[in-house]
Amino acid sequence: MIGRDILGIEDLSRDDIELILETAERMQEIGTREVKKVPTLRGRTLINLFFEPSTRTQTSFEIAGKRLAADVVNFSVSGSSVSKRETLLDTAKTLDAMDPDVVIVRHNVAGVPHRLAEVLQAPVINAGDGAHEHPSQAMLDMLTVKEQKGRIEGLTVTIVGDIAHSRVARSNIYGFLKLGAEVRVAGPPTMLPAEVESLGVKAYTNLREALDGADVVMALRIQMERLEGACFPSVREYAATFGIDRAKLRFAKEDAIVMHPGPVNRGVELAHELADHRPSVILDQVRNGVALRMALLYLVAGRRHPVAFSEREGR
Amino acid sequence: MARLLIRNGRLLDPSQDLDGALDCLVEDGRIARIDVDISADGAEILDAEGAWIAPGLIDIHTHLREPGQEYKEDLASGGMAAVAGGFTQLACMANTDPVNDDPSVTKYILDRAEKDSPVKIRPIAAATRGLAGQVMTEMMALREAGAVAFSDDGATIMDTAVMRRVLEYSTLADAPVIVHAEDCHLRAGGVVNEGPVSTRLGLPGNPAAAEEIMIARDLRLAAMTGAHLHIAHVSSAGSVDLIRRAREDGTRVTAEVTPHHLSLTDEATMTFDTSTRVAPPLRSAADISALRAALAEGVIDVMATDHAPHATYEKEVEFTEAPPGMLGLETAVAVTLDLVRDGTLSPLEFVRCWSTNPAELIAVEGGSLRVGSAADIVLIDPTREWTYDAAQGFSKSRNSPWSGSKMTGRAVATIVDGRLVYHSERGVLIR
Repeated sequence: MIGRDILGIEDLSRDDIELILETAERMQEIGTREVKKVPTLRGRTLINLFFEPSTRTQTSFEIAGKRLAADVVNFSVSGSSVSKRETLLDTAKTLDAMDPDVVIVRHNVAGVPHRLAEVLQAPVINAGDGAHEHPSQAMLDMLTVKEQKGRIEGLTVTIVGDIAHSRVARSNIYGFLKLGAEVRVAGPPTMLPAEVESLGVKAYTNLREALDGADVVMALRIQMERLEGACFPSVREYAATFGIDRAKLRFAKEDAIVMHPGPVNRGVELAHELADHRPSVILDQVRNGVALRMALLYLVAGRRHPVAFSEREGR
Repeated sequence: MARLLIRNGRLLDPSQDLDGALDCLVEDGRIARIDVDISADGAEILDAEGAWIAPGLIDIHTHLREPGQEYKEDLASGGMAAVAGGFTQLACMANTDPVNDDPSVTKYILDRAEKDSPVKIRPIAAATRGLAGQVMTEMMALREAGAVAFSDDGATIMDTAVMRRVLEYSTLADAPVIVHAEDCHLRAGGVVNEGPVSTRLGLPGNPAAAEEIMIARDLRLAAMTGAHLHIAHVSSAGSVDLIRRAREDGTRVTAEVTPHHLSLTDEATMTFDTSTRVAPPLRSAADISALRAALAEGVIDVMATDHAPHATYEKEVEFTEAPPGMLGLETAVAVTLDLVRDGTLSPLEFVRCWSTNPAELIAVEGGSLRVGSAADIVLIDPTREWTYDAAQGFSKSRNSPWSGSKMTGRAVATIVDGRLVYHSERGVLIR
């Protein structure tokens, strides 16, 4: 995958995803060492190009890059290109002239990483584009499910909440379907995108039916400020109808796990008691995020022949 | 006396129902004779080499950006793009800067066009002042100044009472009101057709219902007022049904469809190419079928480009931030000849939809090769293969999804008032 853009799960094959997940499993150990650093990407420059603030994803990519000994530069831009009178192409050309080895892009409009990738020489990793895709999030979710359940094939994954505005939902839908899981989506009709079943999922507005027999329950973050009063009448009504609590979770399988991409609106998408304890695996997701992003960086910016991750390498 | 004989072509004139191997003699800028094997008798000869000889095409929906946005296009560049595309007349929309909502602007456009444009320019004036949808323009004065229709194109008059008054009053000025039908509240921030593609892309969807609701409203108002309502860029199958029923009920409604809505689906936006961001958005394959059938059936009267130039830097932005619109003048013939190739339209119907009907719709001379009429003529080679490169085109802008594509069929010569203004080998001859 050297030099390849990682723009979305839709573009990846099952083999690609499995390679990334297996590589991430090998990366997990590095985070448990006393010296959490290997020289694999020494001398490589990663640019975290964030047009939208995201402390978590940016930090996760930054730590991943640093654990691989890359030089990580954070480049934050606020406002649209129109408001700055600078086109996306200008931005891309400017960055390109600095010869980065990987550019990680986050933007609140779908398709921006794709347009930048057309210009940038370096591989582009999409760190979330609008409501389109968030491939590293979906793969860290798959890594976590694999870790917890030992497999993905044959599982039932129910994604609950604002499917329409969620890049996490789209990437997870593509990813879990490619790895052989059954995927269901559930939410109020105002938050299910048009013809969502064309993506290969089954859609529910009844949470109980959606959870029936589920192995994995993934709650999505609700943008309360923006959507309350538009897509749902009140936070209270949303929480009562689609918030996951222990009572509703009883409809899922007994050993079902609960996931959330974070940050959690406590008492809204997830009941307080579920956010911190099993069956929720939210902190495992965060931990796996670093390993998964290390794997991605290694695969797209690493050497052209396989190298070991030992601390001796490069001495 | 200047004489030009066009021969060796297939002459197509829907206004006289002519389709055959006929020659066309032009004298002093007017059609002098249509006949078999006219002898040259000293006239200059233009060999059509088997191409179609038709009345010049008329585009009733263009954005020429002058005055005020000459960095996108102006009357000269738009006029050259037009003649290169086979057009001899253009009606230009009012959303200039300043808006064409005052007779002084209408006159300015006509004066500039007289000097700068190789095509005949027919200004469309705003229906409301500043395109604000509130106060109607001085339609009588605008008509007097040369406006051929009234439109707030790009914006929809959302206040139904204002729309009613605009339609009522337009009957006094005796010119059509052209509507850009989209319910702004329902459309909201939608930039692509709402459906499987918007769901996959995660871009805000704009449902066909946003267009259909406004068309339904305006059709009721047209029936109520007796005004001539013209619906711009119809894009959905549902809209076609509404228009068909209104026509059957005797409502005075005409409609147009663009080359892009006849040929591209929302799948074209999958690359996030901002040149595919248009308003209304590209829709589904089923919508394309309905639009093609409606054109063949006569439910939609004309084709029109909605030529909407935007500077490259304005389009090289986020998909949601890109201004809507794509170029159309230089690709219209090639793109829509596909409807002749697939049997949707006969060559004669093709010319009717691009020339005869548009002339009738905005009540201007043209669309006919009748003896005595202005010699506005196009030669179209329906099989000529060429590659369109927007950067090499005559428009100042490049926002076309067809740039770099192989095309079949094009205008090979364009004649305005008897003068050869464009020839595919020699370029634009009169600026």
